[in-house]
Amino acid sequence: MATITPKRHAVVDTSHCVACGACAEVCPRGAITVWKGSYSVVDDGLCIGCGLCAKECPASVIRLEARP
Amino acid sequence: MKKSRWYNYLWIWSVIYFAMGFFHILFAWLGLISFFLPLIFAVGWGNKGFCNRYCDRGQLLRALGGQKGFSRRKDVPDWMKGKAFRYGFLAFFMAMFANMLYMTYRVYVGAAELSETVTLFWSIPVPWSFAYTGGAGTIEPWVAQFAFGFYSMMLTSAILGVLTMLAYKPRSWCVYCPMGTMTQMICKWKAKA
Ligand code: SF4
Ligand code: SF4
Ligand code: SF4
Repeated sequence: MATITPKRHAVVDTSHCVACGACAEVCPRGAITVWKGSYSVVDDGLCIGCGLCAKECPASVIRLEARP
Repeated sequence: MKKSRWYNYLWIWSVIYFAMGFFHILFAWLGLISFFLPLIFAVGWGNKGFCNRYCDRGQLLRALGGQKGFSRRKDVPDWMKGKAFRYGFLAFFMAMFANMLYMTYRVYVGAAELSETVTLFWSIPVPWSFAYTGGAGTIEPWVAQFAFGFYSMMLTSAILGVLTMLAYKPRSWCVYCPMGTMTQMICKWKAKA
């Protein structure tokens, strides 16, 4: 994949996440899990910052941010 | 694009369900599966396994909006993902559900006649007697009344889902889907407990 920018990672606004799992479904790295049906959690070590999850999220609550 | 899993094809169930309702309204009872399964996942295991994988509605919206590209893929307005609207819509849906059960009860006790209509958006009656024969008196009228009511609810919510799929993200219905909101509430309670 040419578009990856490993300097970025996905960050979820958990307070507005509806726990639908659409993000987890498209993540090529399997980096997202819906924690106890409450909100999604990104495994930072796996995330490559591709942004597919953010594009898919129906509530648009995933932002790609520069890694700290 | 990730390889499709078997559950990505569960949208077929949506198509079958709505199609069967044209042949005989009593098939509408099968919609109870989509009602109890998410609750079983949430109450039993404290997860949203239904939403996350096995919901035919979610898969349908993903397939049509995402894979077939019928969605504009715009962000939903902020109010739509706000708690007021999500919980408000859940409450409204519950009230309409209760009303549907009450109508069924009225037919059961003989206080009302069976209405062979499917009601869209809780207000627009669509004549549907073509899908009901009465089984020459073998079918209890209340059984049919429930079927008409349940099918109305399923069809209305499916139309809403497709409309917001077209306008916003593919699965934007999942932002305000009453089952989704309710199961997330249950899961959050369980996670805290
Ligand atoms: S940005 Fe890509 S790799 Fe990271 S969580 Fe989202 S889909 Fe997965
Ligand atoms: S797609 Fe968005 S709303 Fe759905 S679980 Fe993922 S972060 Fe939450
Ligand atoms: S939110 Fe509703 S439509 Fe979406 S996956 Fe869950 S139950 Fe299905």
